[in-house]
Amino acid sequence: MPAETVIQVRGLTKSFNGKVVVNGLDMEIGRGEIYGFLGPNGSGKTTSIRMLCGLLRPDSGSGTCLGHDILTQSDRIKPHVGYMTQRFSLYEDLTVRENLEFTARVFSLDRPAHVVAECIERMGLGQFDGHLAGTLSGGWKQRLSLGVSTLHSPRLLLLDEPTAGVDPGARRDFWDQVHQLAAQGITALISTHYMDEAERCHRLAYIAYGDLLASGTADELVSDSGLTTWSVTSDDHDEHGADLHDLAARLKSLEGVDQVVHFGNTLHVSTRDQKILENSTGALRTAPYRWTRIETSLEEVFIDLMNGAGRGRT
Amino acid sequence: MRWFHAGRFAAMVGKEFVQMRRDRLTFAMMIGIPLIQLILFGYAINSDPRHLPTAVLSADNSRYSRAVTTSMQTSTFFNITVHAESRAEARQLLREGRVQFCLTIPENFGRDLVRGQRPVLLLEADATDPTATGNAAAAFPEIVRRALARELTGPHAGLNQGESPVDIRIHNDFNPEAETQYNIVPGLMGVILTLTLVMITSLAITRESERGTMEHLLSTPIRPLEVMLGKIIPYILVGYIQMTLIIAAARFLFDVPMHGSVLLTFALSIIFIGANLSVGVTISTMARNQLQAVQMSIFFFLPSLLLSGFMFPFRGMPEWAQAVGSILPLTHYLRLIRGILLKGNGLAESLHAVWPILLFWLVVVALGLKRYRRTLD
Ligand SMILES: Nc1ncnc2c1ncn2[C@@H]1O[C@H](COP(=O)(O)OP(=O)(O)OP(=O)(O)O)[C@@H](O)[C@H]1O
Ligand SMILES: [Mg+2]
Repeated sequence: MPAETVIQVRGLTKSFNGKVVVNGLDMEIGRGEIYGFLGPNGSGKTTSIRMLCGLLRPDSGSGTCLGHDILTQSDRIKPHVGYMTQRFSLYEDLTVRENLEFTARVFSLDRPAHVVAECIERMGLGQFDGHLAGTLSGGWKQRLSLGVSTLHSPRLLLLDEPTAGVDPGARRDFWDQVHQLAAQGITALISTHYMDEAERCHRLAYIAYGDLLASGTADELVSDSGLTTWSVTSDDHDEHGADLHDLAARLKSLEGVDQVVHFGNTLHVSTRDQKILENSTGALRTAPYRWTRIETSLEEVFIDLMNGAGRGRT
Repeated sequence: MRWFHAGRFAAMVGKEFVQMRRDRLTFAMMIGIPLIQLILFGYAINSDPRHLPTAVLSADNSRYSRAVTTSMQTSTFFNITVHAESRAEARQLLREGRVQFCLTIPENFGRDLVRGQRPVLLLEADATDPTATGNAAAAFPEIVRRALARELTGPHAGLNQGESPVDIRIHNDFNPEAETQYNIVPGLMGVILTLTLVMITSLAITRESERGTMEHLLSTPIRPLEVMLGKIIPYILVGYIQMTLIIAAARFLFDVPMHGSVLLTFALSIIFIGANLSVGVTISTMARNQLQAVQMSIFFFLPSLLLSGFMFPFRGMPEWAQAVGSILPLTHYLRLIRGILLKGNGLAESLHAVWPILLFWLVVVALGLKRYRRTLD
């Protein structure tokens, strides 16, 4: 891990109306790291990010962000943080340029006009310069928000689902930019629901129902999960895949089979206990079915974590 | 300075101006409300009611008393509808509002008149609605003078010279201050400013929360004082536009006389405008949504309207109501502005009304700063 820590929090807890939404979150992120933050809807990602930048007060816990106390020094943290909200939070009745200029001036930037022009150029917003922000399409709103949150060259980026609804080309540009910034020592905490994006992060954290369930690099998460995965195809499947469909239904009822997912003409079957699965599925491991061991993907890991958390709760 | 930065503040003001300009409907209402109200009240001011029902309680049957009542009738201001038999009956008629005036002619009026003993002619007016009775009451002495001038001829002609031959007394019942109709325009200015400014700014911060823009704003280094003042400044301008409209209309449309300095009025109004805007901003730090903000504004507006002396004469209210009224800025502003415009007060005589508003303003700003939520909790 890089030497300098940018975010270090311990036991962050937050409840709304008596319901614990974030439960004892510990997190440590080093300088220049791209940290992915994943978890099902309502698991507490946004709430955690808000606590980090001082928008919500944790009920308990403590920590520092950029070397300042998140509880008492949020005024010192804010100037160096670029926070992109999940919900569009810019002024819909201001134009693209006015939104950028307002932010530039509120952050007391030198040469605001220059910074704004440069941002418009970088985000490709030139064509919408004088348009009201409220009239932009969803994806362009996201890009504008991203531009606004990086306008003041922050040292830490807190991006809450920055690429939701953004087209693949723009997403690729975005990730290129993030990696470029990381190379300059800028840290990014990014929440996302996309698995391909999770794989682009240096490290990941997975949170469900307020609990941090796992963290580490993508490879660590996969190997720690203890999952084994097979790809299963059928030699006499018809073009509608009826055969595989029947197989999936049968597999799901068998002991030791944790996940069965369709991927086109194949099924991905995962288990936490290889032995049990091999015993229970013996009869189905013959022709016309062909089983091949494949690498477990992050998606299977996360689904497994989420199911586990759900079981633990009920 | 850590808690205030001119650049950030300027950015906030600039943003508010642009948003205000784009919000055409609200802007139109801020200009439209005062105009509509003024025109509505303007008709009330312009109305010059005639043929007001009048009771006569006469204990004298001389030609002089008949001359007075006849010329009252022909003046068209008065319409003598009842001849009261007793003092009690006359009071009853007034109290019930069956007549607007009651004229009392004393015994031996004619005899005392020719003897030069200046008998008393008492005109009692139901002044709860001074706009209604004002003109007639003002015309009454002249009506009497002319009526008697026609009768006092020959040996009595000398009585027409010098002091009026009768002692005319006009009692404004139920409204001893006898506020004239001109009171309404300056008062209306205070009322309109209170209503529109409080309401408009009460939506200011609430709107940011409701639209989600508060989350962005709170994530920037901007400070509460910068946000609050930034929200207030543009509407100070709106307040002045409203004032200019009202004063111009009062002066040129309704011929309200202005004795004092209009400039002084403008200069001192800043504290009243500022105080009201701060109430609005403070409300918006408490309200959870725009509907609540509007309700709370009305909650502030109603006592201002009722207890400030605009609706009812201040000194006629019960003590608790006066106490509440004394807290409200409108109460003091009414005194301030009526003093300047109607009585021609200068700065020195106005200051006593300035301090209470200033104090109110400071308290409200402090409250607003305290209530301003620096987080989304
Ligand atoms: N201001 C609030 N008041 C009450 N409950 C809240 C508030 N904010 C969040 N919650 C609740 O906290 C939980 C976590 O919400 P949060 O927005 O942090 O989830 P998330 O992980 O960001 O979800 P998503 O992936 O859908 O964005 C949810 O159950 C939500 O209903
Ligand atoms: Mg979220």
